Formats: sequence, structure tokens, C-alpha cells
Amino acid sequence: MAAAPVPKHMTEGEVGLGLTLLVGALLCGLASARAVDAPFGIHMNLFALAGLAGIAGILKRYEGRPALAPPQEIDGRPNYNLGPVKFASIAAMAWGIAGFLVGCIIAFQLWAPALNLGLEYTGFGRLRPLHTSAVIFAFGGNVLIGTSLYVVQRTCRARLAGDLAPWFVVLGYNLFIVIAGTGYLMGVTQSKEYAEPEWYADLWLTIVWITYLVVFLATLWKRNEPHIFVANWFYLAFIVTIAMLHVVNNLALPVTVFGSKSYPIFAGVQDALIQWWYGHNAVGFFLTAGFLAIMYYFVPKRAERPIYSYRLSIIHFWALIFMYIWAGPHHLHYTALPDWAQTLGMTFSIMLWMPSWGGMINGLMTLSGAWDKLRTDPVLRFMVVSLAFYGMATFEGPMMSIKAVNALSHYTDWTIGHVHSGALGWVAYISFGALYCLVPWLWNRREVYSLKLVEWHFWISTLGIVLYITSMWVAGIMQGLMWRAYNALGFLEYSFVETVEAMQPYYLVRALGGVLFLIGALIMAYNLAMTIAGKTSAASEPLVDTLPGSAGLAPAE
Amino acid sequence: MTYESAAAFAQTSGLIYFVGIFTAVCLYAFWPRNRARFDAAAHLPLIED
Repeated sequence: MAAAPVPKHMTEGEVGLGLTLLVGALLCGLASARAVDAPFGIHMNLFALAGLAGIAGILKRYEGRPALAPPQEIDGRPNYNLGPVKFASIAAMAWGIAGFLVGCIIAFQLWAPALNLGLEYTGFGRLRPLHTSAVIFAFGGNVLIGTSLYVVQRTCRARLAGDLAPWFVVLGYNLFIVIAGTGYLMGVTQSKEYAEPEWYADLWLTIVWITYLVVFLATLWKRNEPHIFVANWFYLAFIVTIAMLHVVNNLALPVTVFGSKSYPIFAGVQDALIQWWYGHNAVGFFLTAGFLAIMYYFVPKRAERPIYSYRLSIIHFWALIFMYIWAGPHHLHYTALPDWAQTLGMTFSIMLWMPSWGGMINGLMTLSGAWDKLRTDPVLRFMVVSLAFYGMATFEGPMMSIKAVNALSHYTDWTIGHVHSGALGWVAYISFGALYCLVPWLWNRREVYSLKLVEWHFWISTLGIVLYITSMWVAGIMQGLMWRAYNALGFLEYSFVETVEAMQPYYLVRALGGVLFLIGALIMAYNLAMTIAGKTSAASEPLVDTLPGSAGLAPAE
Repeated sequence: MTYESAAAFAQTSGLIYFVGIFTAVCLYAFWPRNRARFDAAAHLPLIED
């Protein structure tokens, strides 16, 4: 039967989303006209412009697309939807560099405060949330969204659910990042750590996140693989828990719907507990569960070995998600929070040693039979070192949650060092490893442009991390000891400014460590850009061939 | 309800709840009939299509 030309129609989704964006853009335009503060007006205009751009995007896509929806399968193989994954990968790299750069700037500001230029826009208080949100939510978030949309398709052997919805998720999420980041610079914040964006940005993220959850669940629903792979469980826990945390912690009443300022509905110690229930589970589910999902897919894939123990991965999953949710109160030791709640948070933090190390061992042992690859494959080395840092950070964290240790460490730079051994060593390294795998797969390249540049990236940034965390250990413990030092008469030995002065050299070392980490990321961006451009380099040949006597060596089995 | 009775209830039910869940997860993970399924799942990332 000859294929009759199919008349092209707009789908219900295209019409529906287009009209919704139009109405949304009009409402935002009206709100900007009645705005009571300038940042709110700017943001409403940004939303309106984004809505119009969305409509233009839908029309342009309609013009270029074939009449029929893309097939679910081609020649019996799933027709994977990789466009949104590609976008998220590039966005992750770009936001990563921006976030690392702002981190370096504020690190130098702590060393020399005059570097804040005396402007409100470039002060530490505004750039610091810009840094944390850029690295956690913009870099980490795009890595998580991109890899999750890739892994769920591959391990379900099914095309991503939805046509426009996956694009709405990645573009909508990045719009949230822009709104949040520009807001910080203009002084818009609800002053909750890691939850700074104001009510209207939070509402937008809620819409995007629910769509993300629906796309993910619908893809799982139409899977061709009977078993739901463990990485998808971790991704699902990440998506569901972040939705819950985000909504509850951001319950707030705006002063007016035409202004940016709002007040949380909780007050006092209840607000503090909700905030750190949110804050620590942002660590547990955003920065841990999501990246463990990456580990469970990308480490076996790159090592070409099955998961060491799938049973352990099941116990790992349930133990981790049931315990993490209780650990938040350790952020509030020696505060107005009831003592029993502090002890509860400490106890659950210590119990977390078990699932954390169980997961780390499971990831590391996946290399059994492939340990030789560590010598030759810098991408795999990134992932293995990330697991080592994961083990280190999840040992240090519970230790710091013990009240006696916390009495020394809390409010000092030891905490900053701890966070960065997790963030730079674990989260960023597993993300780098995943991106070095993912970009060649997405653009159909055999390998990244240059493995030699990956080696450079690895060693430069590892040196940077070492400088960072060692300087913060010394600075933090020194700071804690100076704060609690008394003289013979029972007076405090040091004034506060003396403790600040004592830390200045360590702040410089830390900033230099950050610069090395940034240089590594720039090398990576160049490497990935050349990979996408399809360039090949002589240095990308396997390094093992240049070693004498290694030719013809069979892999250990 | 006094603080002591509330605490006793929370601690006991919490203990039963967590031990119960952990036991159920371990039984599921180590149930002999599930072994083949889990061994196959461990290879899932390696399957090319």
C-alpha cells in the first residue's frame, strides 16, 4: 500500500501548551505593569518574554517537523528522544563554569573584601547564593535531569513519554535558574539557605517539577523491560522527595501578588526545623540519591562490568531513603530545637554510615575484574575517585553531626571544607565522568576528543580539591579552637576579628584551589565542544598502546 | 498525653516500623527465587540495542 501523504495538524499538546503560554505571558505582562518593586517587574517581563519565545519555538518546530509524530521504534529498536538530554548536557557544562567562576570570585572576596567592589550587586551576600544555586541546581540539576532522561529511556528500552513535555522540563527548569540567579543579584531572596528564590519562582519550579515527575513516571509505565532498574528507583526518589521538600519548605504568603516579598507560614524554631529538614534532604536526595543513580548506570557501563551486587543495591536504596529524611536536625545542634530532636538527628546521621558505605563499596567493587582500566581510562578514574570522595564525605558528615564534635566544627570553615569534599569530589566528579561518557554517546562519537585532556583535567582539579579541603580543615579547626579559648581569668582569649585575620592565608590557598578546579572545567568544556564538533585528536588513541609490553594483553576476567 | 507517654509511643512504634521495613527489604533482596532476576538486572546497563 502506497503511503498517502498525511495532512499535517497541530497536536492537542502544541495548541494547548501554546495557548497556556500565551495566557501566562499576558498575565505576567499585566503583573509587571502593576509591580510594586523593580525586580518583580523585571522578572514578570522575563516570564512574559519566555512565554512568547516558547510559542515561537512551538510554531518553528511545527513548521519543520514531519506530519506524523516520531515513531516509538525504528527497525525494532527504540527511537530514543535525545534532544532534551543534549540541551541539558550543554547547559550543565555552561552553568558549571559560571558557578565555579562565581565561587572563585567570592573565595577571593573572603581573602580581600575590597574585591566586592563596594557595589550591592557584587557583594558576598548576593554572590554566595548565586554560587551555591549555580553549582547545585544549575550544574547539578541539569546533569541530573539530562542523565535521568537518558538512563530511564535506555534501561526501560522505551522512548521518552511526551512530545513537548520533556522540552518543557529542561527549558522550564533553566528558566527557573535564570529567574533565581538574576533575583539574587537584585537582592530578591527569602533568606532560606539553598531555598532562596521567592514565591513566584518557587511556583514556577513546582509546575516544571511535577511535569518532570509525570514524564519520568509515564516513561517507566510504558517500559519494554519488565524490571525497573535500580538507577530509576534512585532517580524517582530524588524527583518525588525534592517535590515534597520544595513545596513544604516554600509555603509562604506573598505581601502582595504584585511584589517579590513573601513571608514563610512557619515561624521560629518550627521554621528552622522545616528549613533544615529541607536543607539536609537537598543534600540527601538531590546531591546523593540522584548522583547514586548516575553511579549505578555509568560505572557499570564504563567499566563494562555488571553491578557488583544487585541485592546490595536494593538494600542500599531502601536504607538510604528511609534514614536520610531524619538527619536534618543535626544542622540545629545547641539551638532552640528540643534536645531530643537534636539527638534524633545525630543518631540517624550516624546510622547513615551503613547505607552510604554499602553503596560506595557496591560502586567500587563493580570494577572487580576491570581494575586495570583505572590506569588507562581517566573517565573511569573520575568516577572511582568520586566514590572515594563520597566515602570520605559520608564518613566525615556523621562524625561532624556528633554533638561533641559539632560543638567545635559548627559555624566554622570546617563545614565549608566538608561540603566541598562532597560537592567537588563526589558530585562534580561523578558528573564529569557521566558527561565525558554521555556527550560521545549522544553525538555518536567513538570517544571524547582527547583522553589526554581528560587526564589534565583530572590531575589539575584533583590538586585543586586537595588544596581546598586541606586549607579549610586547618582554617576551620583553628577557628573553632580560637573561639573557645579562654585565658587564665576566664575571658575569651581572642577577639572575633583576630580569628578572621588568622584565616586569611588559608582563604588564599582555598581560592587558588578553586581556580585550579575552574581551569579543569574549562579544559573539559573545550574537550566536549571539540567532541560535539566531531574533531578527532591523535592524543585520543588509547594510551595503553604506547606502553611497552602491554600490546595484546587480555583483560582480566 | 504526657511527654513520657508520647515519647514511649514514638520510640516503640518507630523501632517496630524501621525493623519491619528493613526485614521486608532484606527478605525481598535475598529471596532465592529472585536471584536470577536480580543477576539479570545487574547486567541491564550493559545491554546494547
